[in-house]
Amino acid sequence: MISLACELAGVRFANPIWAASGTFGFGRPYADLYPLRKLGAIVSKGLTVRPRTGNSGTRLYETPSGIMNSIGLENPGIRAFLERELPEMTTYGTAVIVNLGGSSIPEYVEGARLLDDYCQWLQASGQKAVDMLELNISCPNVKEGGLAFGLDTEQARKLVKEVRQATSLPLIIKLAPGARDLTEMARMCEYEGADGVSLINTIQAMAIDIRQRRSVFDRAYAGLSGPAIKPIALRMVHQVARAVSIPVVGVGGISSASDIVEFVMAGATAVQIGTYNMMNLRAGDTLAEQLIDLMNEEGIQSLEEIRGII
Amino acid sequence: MAKVLSNMPLAPGIYLLTVEGTYRARMGQFYMLRCWDSYPVLSRPISVHDISPESISFLYRAGGIGTHLLAKLQPGDSLQLEGPMGRGFPEPEGRTAIVGGGMGTAPMLLAARQLPEAQVFLGFKDAPFGVSRFQDIHSNVTVVSGGMIADHIDPACYDTILACGPVPMMEALAYKTEGSSAKLYVSVEKRMGCGIGACNSCAVTINGTVRKVCTDGPAFPAKEVNWIDLLSL
Repeated sequence: MISLACELAGVRFANPIWAASGTFGFGRPYADLYPLRKLGAIVSKGLTVRPRTGNSGTRLYETPSGIMNSIGLENPGIRAFLERELPEMTTYGTAVIVNLGGSSIPEYVEGARLLDDYCQWLQASGQKAVDMLELNISCPNVKEGGLAFGLDTEQARKLVKEVRQATSLPLIIKLAPGARDLTEMARMCEYEGADGVSLINTIQAMAIDIRQRRSVFDRAYAGLSGPAIKPIALRMVHQVARAVSIPVVGVGGISSASDIVEFVMAGATAVQIGTYNMMNLRAGDTLAEQLIDLMNEEGIQSLEEIRGII
Repeated sequence: MAKVLSNMPLAPGIYLLTVEGTYRARMGQFYMLRCWDSYPVLSRPISVHDISPESISFLYRAGGIGTHLLAKLQPGDSLQLEGPMGRGFPEPEGRTAIVGGGMGTAPMLLAARQLPEAQVFLGFKDAPFGVSRFQDIHSNVTVVSGGMIADHIDPACYDTILACGPVPMMEALAYKTEGSSAKLYVSVEKRMGCGIGACNSCAVTINGTVRKVCTDGPAFPAKEVNWIDLLSL
């Protein structure tokens, strides 16, 4: 009997298949479709201290094998999330990971402290809290957004160092594929005390409306996701997994059990499913079972056996 | 997986797809349709045209990659349906007009079926299509080909107007109903990702706040709509 249960930064996950930030809301939209305990974790929509209304104009555009988005971190703010969304999110029987965004170090730190204080209070009163924090330093869609930190290792170091000090929650850093030196970035995260890294966020991309002679998106560039970016994500996960000893969470166009096996072979401890949730609204209902079936077919006893073998 | 009963062209590029099964929907709601594996990436949100105890039907234009694939479906083929999505139109009060323009007539047949007392107005830029299906179930159907459908509607005669069509048509209706007591609800479109309120792609500004077409709409009170918002589909 194959078990997919895994541990990352002291947190137990029923399986290594997580819903990626930004494609899953706070879980509720999918809760009517299938039991969310079938997922290892849900990563929240990116949250900021203050509510954000998101970007104007077109927010979504389809490309061959992918989608581009420019949502702009629309979110209700961390306080509203904690009061209105978290109580239900903790009832799904799956781990809860908060994705934290921001536009300045003080804003990130304030967000991390808010979360930390609230979670300590929840735990002290015997209630379920957030299991992990995913620090978003890679959102390409907001001005002075996290991506400003995600490209340069020394910029990112200041942020990771301060957020690490501001929270006692397990901390993973979501890396940008456009980082000037991705392995150096990942090693910095490890050095500064991160418990893991997740990668990749969307790849900055562009589409032009030739009739209107302007970019499709008001903010000119948007983030590309979906099957189109999977080979790039896989290569980057492979590079980073060989450069650090903290766990690596693979993200980028995963849309089948065999994609998951590829990411594990490249060194991932867990994976996140993003765009595929939109291709198949019930993806999370079946992926874990499909993974077990595939492992049985291939004679794989456990994911540890194949992790990082390439 | 659902099974196709029929998929007939009603006019050049316009198809009526009927799928076997017992489905539910209220007027203005939609389903996410998919009859392909991974390309195109997204499923297609299509409003419910009609429903019977044994089937559900969708009226659509084969305009892009997804709808062209839908147009190739043959009886007996299978496709995926997820829904019903959205809240649809609210329950109207008093004397009601149902207004559809072009492809915007698609969701209005179900409204006409559910509101037998209403008056129906259908507008088309060119040759009308799908009109007989309205006439089969309704005696009060006004059809306009070319010109402005809004010119044929006196808002003073209605308490509620439900409309779906091109943005200029709905905007014209909105101006016309200003100052009258008629409540106008319009069904709007934005590029949609998930259809269930998770991805925040189909955002529109309604009464100054950001809402989702998929789960908060697709019908909204016209006076709360920011029309400029709807021009960038």
